[in-house]
Amino acid sequence: MRHLACRFVRFRKKADISKRATMKKRLSRPVTILTFALILLFNLSSFAQTIPTEPEAISAGEALFNGNCKSCHRVKQKLVGPALAGVEDRAPSVKWIIDWVRNPAKVIASGDDYAVKIYEEYNKSQMTAFTSYTDEQILSILAYVKADAAKVDQPKGDNGGEKPETPGVPTGYLNAILIGLVVILVLLLIILGLIINALKKYLDQRDLSEEDKEVVHSKYTINSFVKSSGFIFIVIFLVASVTFKNVIDGLYTIGIQQNYQPRQPIAFSHKIHAGEYEIECRYCHTGALKGKQANIPSANICMNCHSQIREGTNTGTTEISKIYAAIGYDPATGSYTGKQKPIEWVRIHNLPDLAYFNHAQHNNVGGIQCQTCHGPIEEMDVVKQYSLLTMGWCIDCHRKTDVNTKGNEYYDKLLELHNSKKSLKVEDIGGLECAKCHY
Amino acid sequence: MTTKTYWKGLAQLKNDPKFVKHADKEFVDLAVEEDAGHSRRDFLKMMGFSVAAASLAACEAPIRKAIPYVAKPVDADPGISNYYASTYINGGDYCSIVVKVRDGRPIKIDGNSLSKVTLGGTSAQVEASVLSLYDNYRLRGPRAGEKSADWETIDNEVIAKLGEISAKGGQIRIVSNTILSPSTKAAIDKFVAKYPTTKVVQYDPVSYYGIVKANQESLGAAIIPSYDFSKAKVIVSIGADFLGSWLSPIEFTKQFAANREITPDKKEMSRLYTFESNLSLTGANSDYRTAIKPSQEGLVVAQLYKLISGSGSTGIEGIQYLEKVAAELKANAGKALVVSGSNDKSVQVVVNAINNLLGSYGATINTAAPVKFRQGNDEEMAAFVSEVTSGKIDGVIFYNCNPVYDYAKGEELEKALKGLTLSVSTSATPDETASSTAYIAPDHHYLESWNDAEPKLNSFSLSQPAITPIFKTRQVQESLLVWAGEADTDYFSFVQQYWKNRFFSGTDFQGFWDKCLYDGVFEIPGSGTAYSFNGNVEAALSAIASTYKASNSGFELVIQESYGVGNGSQANNPLLQELPDPITKATWDHYVTLSLKDAEALGIENDAEGRTQKVKLTANGKTVTVAALVQPGQAQGTLGIALGYGRTKVGLVGKDIGANVYPLLALGETVGYSITSDVKIEKTDEDFQIAQTQIHQTYMGRANVVQESLLTDYLANPQEWNNKAPKVTSWDKKVPPGSLSLWKGHDYKNHHWGMAIDLNTCTGCGSCVVACNVENNVALVGKQEVINRREMHWLRIDRYYTSDAEIDDYRGMEKAAENPEVVFQPMMCQHCNNAPCETVCPVAATTHSTEGLNQMTYNRCIGTRYCANNCPYKVRRFNWFKYHDNQKFLQANPAMNTDLGRMVLNPDVTVRSRGVMEKCSFCVQRIQSGKLNAKKERRPLKDGEVVTACQAACSTGAILFGDMNDPESKISKLLGIETQYKEVEIDGKKQQVVDYGFDKKVTNPRAYRMLEEIGVKPNIFYLTKIRNKDKESKNA
Repeated sequence: MRHLACRFVRFRKKADISKRATMKKRLSRPVTILTFALILLFNLSSFAQTIPTEPEAISAGEALFNGNCKSCHRVKQKLVGPALAGVEDRAPSVKWIIDWVRNPAKVIASGDDYAVKIYEEYNKSQMTAFTSYTDEQILSILAYVKADAAKVDQPKGDNGGEKPETPGVPTGYLNAILIGLVVILVLLLIILGLIINALKKYLDQRDLSEEDKEVVHSKYTINSFVKSSGFIFIVIFLVASVTFKNVIDGLYTIGIQQNYQPRQPIAFSHKIHAGEYEIECRYCHTGALKGKQANIPSANICMNCHSQIREGTNTGTTEISKIYAAIGYDPATGSYTGKQKPIEWVRIHNLPDLAYFNHAQHNNVGGIQCQTCHGPIEEMDVVKQYSLLTMGWCIDCHRKTDVNTKGNEYYDKLLELHNSKKSLKVEDIGGLECAKCHY
Repeated sequence: MTTKTYWKGLAQLKNDPKFVKHADKEFVDLAVEEDAGHSRRDFLKMMGFSVAAASLAACEAPIRKAIPYVAKPVDADPGISNYYASTYINGGDYCSIVVKVRDGRPIKIDGNSLSKVTLGGTSAQVEASVLSLYDNYRLRGPRAGEKSADWETIDNEVIAKLGEISAKGGQIRIVSNTILSPSTKAAIDKFVAKYPTTKVVQYDPVSYYGIVKANQESLGAAIIPSYDFSKAKVIVSIGADFLGSWLSPIEFTKQFAANREITPDKKEMSRLYTFESNLSLTGANSDYRTAIKPSQEGLVVAQLYKLISGSGSTGIEGIQYLEKVAAELKANAGKALVVSGSNDKSVQVVVNAINNLLGSYGATINTAAPVKFRQGNDEEMAAFVSEVTSGKIDGVIFYNCNPVYDYAKGEELEKALKGLTLSVSTSATPDETASSTAYIAPDHHYLESWNDAEPKLNSFSLSQPAITPIFKTRQVQESLLVWAGEADTDYFSFVQQYWKNRFFSGTDFQGFWDKCLYDGVFEIPGSGTAYSFNGNVEAALSAIASTYKASNSGFELVIQESYGVGNGSQANNPLLQELPDPITKATWDHYVTLSLKDAEALGIENDAEGRTQKVKLTANGKTVTVAALVQPGQAQGTLGIALGYGRTKVGLVGKDIGANVYPLLALGETVGYSITSDVKIEKTDEDFQIAQTQIHQTYMGRANVVQESLLTDYLANPQEWNNKAPKVTSWDKKVPPGSLSLWKGHDYKNHHWGMAIDLNTCTGCGSCVVACNVENNVALVGKQEVINRREMHWLRIDRYYTSDAEIDDYRGMEKAAENPEVVFQPMMCQHCNNAPCETVCPVAATTHSTEGLNQMTYNRCIGTRYCANNCPYKVRRFNWFKYHDNQKFLQANPAMNTDLGRMVLNPDVTVRSRGVMEKCSFCVQRIQSGKLNAKKERRPLKDGEVVTACQAACSTGAILFGDMNDPESKISKLLGIETQYKEVEIDGKKQQVVDYGFDKKVTNPRAYRMLEEIGVKPNIFYLTKIRNKDKESKNA
């Protein structure tokens, strides 16, 4: 059996001991020790297993729920797993829930009736273990679930598909105004023509000299108009300006791929996953908090849900079966064949090699939302490059953005030395320097 | 301020017109071939084509793929490096290391500070070995004869032949260099159990068997003890280059440096005497050096013994400092150490006797913790070769060794191999030996292998794979197990089982194993048996008296390991080929060194561009033709030549460089590395040019480059330098340079990065240079481009010869050239606060950061080269060519020109293209990543979190990098930086606040800035070199 559970990275557990897994990573030891220490600490200290009601616990629980549970559970809706509202009353005890969250396999193996019942009910699919969760954390999640369940449903359209209203004048009005203007202009032309005609007739009735007659009846031929120096000047000027502008604009777009929207090997929809199901971005893009790359999720992350969800909203089984093909999963038997074929996604955001960008700096340290650069990703069926990704675009943001100094002792000294009424911007701490991104 | 004269080479000392002509130029218009075939019309054609190509390229951006893991391993995150402890093993060479693995590829090697053997140090060869993993010359799979085969075929055929041999009772040999791994020995034992006629023959390309024999005779145990140079106050080396190549140079360098530091609190340092023929690294770092001939070596040791024991004389006279050495050794008994590089048993017995007289055993020599680096047995090897040639052997397995190349009788061995029933080599490349065997069963690279090692008694370490095997290779141990009929055992479980049985007691083996693997090293408490001296000195002395002579008329040859390619096993590594030799500063070349006087007598002349003549060198009845290089410090009448060159079956990189001198070695009871009779040298008419780096640029006659002092002078007046530091004249008084400035200066509110380089502990070994190359994707350019003065090394080590003589004292100067003092000075971008390069860049491609860095922005650079012209330190490097994806540089720079090689590149550092300038960045990628880690954990940056590649590679700690704004940082403490305050107005009130200005107040009396007088205020400080010499010796 392949080990698949790769939950949101902060809470993962070491994989089963295979040959490679024994290659112990040098950096992981402090983390392991810390985890053990925490588990010990909380095992010893918190006996009180009542669901808290404090707002802090609820909001902490909400964050944990959104980051880790929401991909499979909703409070009032059955998804991959059961709806959680009222779980504290359904389950045998709060302690049972805690044990279950930490290690469902153990609870099932112990032969617990309720556990076995759920296991059978959900086609023998097992929930991921969250070994590193403390009692306090699990209780806070329950606190949130309880609080959320108590909320009265606000009337809302299905799937939150409400279209936001565009502010200002509706487009219908604008069209009407335009048509009205055109009509008025045409009328004006007709009136002017009529006036000229009337004036001609009036002058013809008068006694005019030959010269004046010629003036009155002079024909404006197209030829004479075209040859007039004024016309030539205007045309040349217009043509030159347009060409110039286009060339400049064209040059500026070299290498810019804004709105680049390639077809992907799997028609994955962010609109469904991030929008409709509100799966936290970093549930799949595990690297965004940790390092340079946000990471395109590996297929085993898809399988956390898609081992259950076998039919998609838009495409039925066609696209989901591509995941199975990639990871070598046979949905009929629910087993892995071992034949894997990596998915070749098309890279959308291509920074040049000479520019260094790190997701952790922006997302983790800077607290910048994914959407700031990637746009309304939760509305995109097919992802496109939303931002310019030019150096000017980067610099612009570094000029405008405040440094996220809150709760970060790294910036304490800089903040103290800033000594200005204005807020501390990224550019104030060297955010415009070359070697911040080019090395 | 030092008043000595420093010179880079003989050309500068002699004021060679060719040298003077180019001395002040950054870019020299050498006769570089220009293609005259291009005309203006070609230019227009090219322009038109480029414009068309550019516009086409603009239309269609290439589609780039992003391919994630199918099932991501838990600990592997793209873009985040993992570090694994492992062990570098190359024959008997050992280093405990930490491998940086990025996206599944090992890209950098650092020392493992948990090791009590190598103490966190590395060497140039260890640093460079990561590139050998991606060597294109490696075999893709096993081979039978010339054809590639699969493992099953090989196994079947080998097993069949082994069965055949064993059925008729034929002899089988496993030939190997030193085997450090106890598990490997256990695997071999399994093989021997299956085929009982098998014997294991260990030999080393550079033999230490003389020491082993001497110890067996005089200590009663065939061991090599461990030495501790840090405990010695007086060290005497007689031909033992312990800082360069002798036995365990990484460990010894670290120990030696520990006792060379001078701080305001530590006012003592050791004193090093050397007696040697070639100018070695140890000789270059010694306080007193005497040039002797190898034919005198034994007598020098014997005389030293007699002087110390007070038992007469051997009759040798005129060996400078010998009486002084004897007196000092006696005075420092118990804190003294005498080592000899001789492979002559008698000499080593007498050395043991001297150490015994001095009470070194138990103090500076530990016989209870013998080292296992050199287990080779010259007698067994000689017996093996004669057995093979006389047809007494039926089957041979060469375990990762190359005796056809690196054994004196390699040629005979090669011929004899053809007639054997079975010959197998396990080399990873089809080298000289492997290509003459019937089967090649290639081993993994050490970075792909599981293994263990026992470098010292009771000290163990583990190797773990840092990458899945790239090719269809297999570990030798596994091959041996398969051939021994244990096909089910994989070597990983074998090692694990071995450790479980031998070291583990308790319940949680997995925990024990994980801890050992995490640490990389494991020690068993307790020590072995200590041995005491009980040798027959008189017999050894009389043996010496019969073989050595006080004077010898003919030439003598001293053969030593190359500092770059070592014993030749890494000859295909361009990082080592392009690493300038610490002493001669020659790259990519093999040469014989000879003294100035001998060169004059032979009519050999070296010019400022490294042009020389080839010579025919005959010794031991064999002749090689190599270039001649005039070397100050070479003992007159001796010739020096390096092993490791002249490889014939080697990849593109190492091919056709120099000659193989292993056949020149003298074979006796032990292999002799000096030949004292029948050595002939003859000048040929063939001209040759050696690519030397040191002669390239000068500081244009500016004075304040190297500072040095004698220990006594320094202790008497530590402020000597500060008092004499250069001053400039203002309108009323003399002020320090830089206090008057047109520049506005900088405020470094956050960090102020700086570096301190201790000239006292820098031994010039060059591991920092290789580490910098690997970390920063520095291009290698090849021999011709080095000759054209276009090497790209960001960090170089300047080597100066010096003499006490004044510039007009011609006789004094000439004397100095015979045996000069040497100074090593690591030189890289000085990150000037008033940087001259920044002001001349027309496009602001080089700018100053708010953390004190001088930033170089490649994508902005248009290649005017103004900056390099204006750099007083000559550290900027220009990309004259596109060194990547350019078949012209395939030979010199495979790391950027082959798909395999490119895997070693550091993804955090841009690969520079043609036409841009580059230079040391203070490893800004490491700074940024260190800061990011601190920010992610919401805490201030800690000292020691950011370590530059050169600092990490420096075994002696001569390079120290850190934040000079942090009063608690090591660098602030070393330099004695005093916090300064300034008055500012905050909310209308005047307050004293810390001044974070760029000009730090440095109080360490040894610290100085190079070229202080020009006032560019570098962020790198050098610490004055202190020589532990007596004052009167100046005129000796």
